[in-house]
Amino acid sequence: MKTYDVVVIGAGPAGLAASIEAARRGCGVLLVDSNLKPGGQLIKQIHKFFGSREHRAGTRGIDIARDLYREALDAGVTVWLDTSVYGIFAGNVLAYARGLLEMKPSGGAVKADRVVLATGASENAVNFPGWTLPGVMGAGAAQTMINVERVLPGKRVLMIGSGNVGLIVSYQLMQAGADVVALVEGLPRVGGYGVHSAKISRAGVPILTAHTVSRAFGDTAVEGAEIVRVDPSWKPVAGTEQRLDIDTICIATGLRPYAKLAMLAGCRMVHSPILGGWVPFHDRSLQTSVPGIFVAGDAGGVEEASTAMEEGRLAGVSAAASLGKVSAAEARAQREEVEARLASLRMGPFGKPRHDAKEALHKAGECA
Amino acid sequence: MRVTHHPILGEQSPARTVEITVDGRKVTAREGETIAAALLAAGIRVNRITRKQGTPRGLFCAIGQCTDCVMVVNGVPNVRTCVTPVADGMTVETQKGGGPAPLKSGGSR
Repeated sequence: MKTYDVVVIGAGPAGLAASIEAARRGCGVLLVDSNLKPGGQLIKQIHKFFGSREHRAGTRGIDIARDLYREALDAGVTVWLDTSVYGIFAGNVLAYARGLLEMKPSGGAVKADRVVLATGASENAVNFPGWTLPGVMGAGAAQTMINVERVLPGKRVLMIGSGNVGLIVSYQLMQAGADVVALVEGLPRVGGYGVHSAKISRAGVPILTAHTVSRAFGDTAVEGAEIVRVDPSWKPVAGTEQRLDIDTICIATGLRPYAKLAMLAGCRMVHSPILGGWVPFHDRSLQTSVPGIFVAGDAGGVEEASTAMEEGRLAGVSAAASLGKVSAAEARAQREEVEARLASLRMGPFGKPRHDAKEALHKAGECA
Repeated sequence: MRVTHHPILGEQSPARTVEITVDGRKVTAREGETIAAALLAAGIRVNRITRKQGTPRGLFCAIGQCTDCVMVVNGVPNVRTCVTPVADGMTVETQKGGGPAPLKSGGSR
């Protein structure tokens, strides 16, 4: 069985960054991803990123994915696409299936001295009568269809959820030529940034706060929806039902960490509502409770692509340091640099709670 | 409906086309796109019918996680159409329940 210094699972922003940093420090790195294209969800982010220059502000996600992939190849990272890791066994033996998407499956196993789990997140769903009809989908699914596949999932859309994903995807659906008939938000206020909500308000999309979807209509696919006002305890207010003429419902009600491999590996899991649910405990070096297994990006707590890239860098440095590729002093200095940038990202009304949740997570390990 | 013009992504570049057969109907697809995309572009929204309730399901996550869009492709059941690219001459069928019986030992069907 072939052994690599570091195997990184997931070629999104966290996994690419981790691979680059580990490879640049002399590690033999294998990066695997279950998709045919590298970049994770960056490949559908056509908007420009916020933040400062070192976080690639002003650059579109699709371009960041391309740049990071090139950097990884230049750093000597071995990349296996269309490769799903489905098992982690004692001694960091990883079982994989390759070629599933090309419909030529094969399988095997590799051994990893260090593992970085950068498996991302999955979208939350909400249940309402009719929610299983074709035409009800995640907002991320719609975004994949319009920006990667360039196919409209529908012409008239109801968006559920006013976080940044709901706001941005609404705007991008309009850019692709769809009508966003309404956006409903159960809370009494908009969840995402004002700059995004202002943009879709100016474009004429009604943002209905304290409203939710009560049902979807249709026999074989969505043909309409009913929305209703909700009181502060989320109870529907009778008599406020409205029927909307729509063919698609997009759900943007948050993400949860996709960390099944961490559970399989026996990593201790911690529940953190702010970070999106169950996350593998990790210390400041991003190592989980299982020695040699690190976690980076949304798999260790849902944040943003910019924080995922920084966490990836941190995990890459930590993995290389733990293999003795850099001295402890160098590693400490390099980690402090990344930690300072992470701290600058974890400020403000969205960042601060995440900063606090990460701190609580690190502390949870110290007590254990 | 295809997004041929886009204010950020520009004009859609030309692509070679392939022909797939969906429940007996010929559908023209763009090389490199996923089966689910080709179907949506052709106005097909139902991918499978559930085993117990017999209700329709379609695209839900579009990144290969949820398996709601699985169909029978070239006779193989449970193929995730949202991440599997089209290929010329491919046959795609609406999956009913678990689809056709799995391979018997020895590989015959």
